[in-house]
Amino acid sequence: MQLSGRGVRCVRGGREVLSGLDFTVSSGEALAVTGANGSGKTSLLRTIAGHVAVTGGSIGLEGGEPELTLAEQAHYLGHRDAMKPALSVLENLLFWRDFLGGEISDAGQCLKLVGIEHAKNLPAAYLSAGQRRRLSIARLLTVRRPIWLLDEPTSALDSDGQTLFVGVTRDHLARGGIVVAATHAPLGIEAKQLRIGGAR
Amino acid sequence: MTALAALIKRDVQIALRVGGGALIGVLFFLTVVVLMPFAIGPDLALLTRLGPAILWLGALLASLLTLDRLFMADHDDGSLDLIAMSRTPLELSCAAKALAHWLAAGVPLIVATPVLGLLLNLDAGSTLAVALTLLVGTPALTFTGIIGAALAVTLHRGGLLLAVLVLPLSIPVLIFGVAASEAAISGPVSFGTPFSILAALSLISFVVGPFAAAASLRQGLD
Repeated sequence: MQLSGRGVRCVRGGREVLSGLDFTVSSGEALAVTGANGSGKTSLLRTIAGHVAVTGGSIGLEGGEPELTLAEQAHYLGHRDAMKPALSVLENLLFWRDFLGGEISDAGQCLKLVGIEHAKNLPAAYLSAGQRRRLSIARLLTVRRPIWLLDEPTSALDSDGQTLFVGVTRDHLARGGIVVAATHAPLGIEAKQLRIGGAR
Repeated sequence: MTALAALIKRDVQIALRVGGGALIGVLFFLTVVVLMPFAIGPDLALLTRLGPAILWLGALLASLLTLDRLFMADHDDGSLDLIAMSRTPLELSCAAKALAHWLAAGVPLIVATPVLGLLLNLDAGSTLAVALTLLVGTPALTFTGIIGAALAVTLHRGGLLLAVLVLPLSIPVLIFGVAASEAAISGPVSFGTPFSILAALSLISFVVGPFAAAASLRQGLD
């Protein structure tokens, strides 16, 4: 499987955020996207996820499932964690497991793996920022999708959480997954580097 | 199907929990209808004549009350991004969200109608007729309302804009809803004619609403 972009251009709000960007990531590889604040890291991830239309160039996936679009085979972990404060941790996770569709694994097991099983019946409103991030990581594990698009995945995580994240990502790569992560901090895994733009 | 069932279940759960919108709608409906007799005065004959219109207006405003958060809440917490990346078509997801909104916010209004009919001096038969027209007509209000709710996300404006966009679209539903109720209570038109048109309006909105809302959301994701 190979995710590639050719001359990707992206204009948001009348400003050219990405201009002529090329990248290639294959199965089992991670791509670390770095750059200054406002350089377009999030825009690149949202473009791959299909939330922002490409203005020029193309993004394609070779070797994926032919009936599914790129977005339908990708997980997106953004700044906003898509968890409803009124629902419990487990209810939130079960909803995304049932709704996203695809190969699934046991939700309780995933919560245990990310270390928030003790809080599973607590309303998500009471979680700390780090716990919410762990819950988002549990979502990536519960539904299996080959491509992970991660925006600042380790922000708010403590050192245990970062170790956990590295382990989880390694497993995903070992199973032939693809990771594209926008980050400031080093990811802790071997990754190709993609540096976007200078400060403008 | 599991995906849609999960979405409906989640939205209904959120609406019924503390801070959800289901109870607010009914309380608002109750308040509007209770205020009317105070404003109009103790003229029972007049209240009976205006009863169906008051109930319909109350239901219209109450169903609009919680509609603006329908997509906005999902947009604000990032859920909408993931919903768009699901293997379920966005149109179906919009329809499921509208159905959940109707179950949580529309059905309680219909259940409350018999009680409120007493306050407006409507007899049992008349109240039943109004409740029946609400049962058939309120889905049309919700399913046309989601177009406005989706536009509110696209334009990053909630609240009053939604009312301005949605209320004109609900005029036909209001006309035929009240006409059918009046026909059942006092005639002379047969009940069937306006009632069938009301049912037709609902059916049209089931098709047009989700497609229009999904198209608007795709523009607004950015």
